[in-house]
Amino acid sequence: MTLIPVEHVLIFSLLLFAIGLYGTLTRRNIIGILISIELMLNAANINLVVFAKTTSLSPETGQVFAVFVIAIAAVTVAVGLAIVLALYRSRKTIFADEVHLLKW
Amino acid sequence: MEILTLAAKIGAYALMTGVLLFALGVVALRNLFHSALCLAAALIGIAGLYLFFRADFLAAVQILLYVGAVMTVIIFAIMLTEHLSGKTTIQHNRQSLPAFLGIAALVTVIAKVILQTPWPVTQKALGAHTSVEGIGTALMTVYVFPFEVISVVLIAALIGAVIIAKRENPS
Repeated sequence: MTLIPVEHVLIFSLLLFAIGLYGTLTRRNIIGILISIELMLNAANINLVVFAKTTSLSPETGQVFAVFVIAIAAVTVAVGLAIVLALYRSRKTIFADEVHLLKW
Repeated sequence: MEILTLAAKIGAYALMTGVLLFALGVVALRNLFHSALCLAAALIGIAGLYLFFRADFLAAVQILLYVGAVMTVIIFAIMLTEHLSGKTTIQHNRQSLPAFLGIAALVTVIAKVILQTPWPVTQKALGAHTSVEGIGTALMTVYVFPFEVISVVLIAALIGAVIIAKRENPS
């Protein structure tokens, strides 16, 4: 970590987050949206690890919370895909713009 | 030693570039199965970056949980709903341009902030080595409350996922 300036890693994770955000906003397929959300969570994780390595007072803090983020990501995928399967069973579609029952 | 440092530096930048390219593949590819494979590659690249940052335990967790478990579930769901995404199906909605413009503005602002902020680097943190033992101790002492909350959330999500996914009227 002494090799690379912190800014470069932060810019990298910012770009990763932006790509994930773009995918979340433009994908029609709900599974595609979930995949893009995983990218965004990973970008946040990289930031946590880098700050734990460079600026943190206790080196474990960032990694512990990165583990928590990974657990939350697993929860997101499990519940999200359960919802996708239930939706597919009842509406025969997994495209987000075709599910507009509550849209006015 | 000089060459070794240079090689590590080049390797880290190459890893970052690769991860970004695979992330672009995740977002842009039409076939969802291909983009899931790209996601797996990007996740493995991020695990390599964790190794570069000396976060060995996190790299192992990343490979085991993300590439092992999450990718399996995602590919399972893609296979179940595969015939919906034929070659003619439009995969992106019509918000591409506004989304791109908004995100470009966001990236510009945040990048400017990142480049103007002086990031303090504490030598103590740089020299510290985080062992699995240290992480385990931190989980069980300082962060025991978030740890318990995560356990409750996991249990609730497991039960919720089973209840949502099961058939409603087994007749």
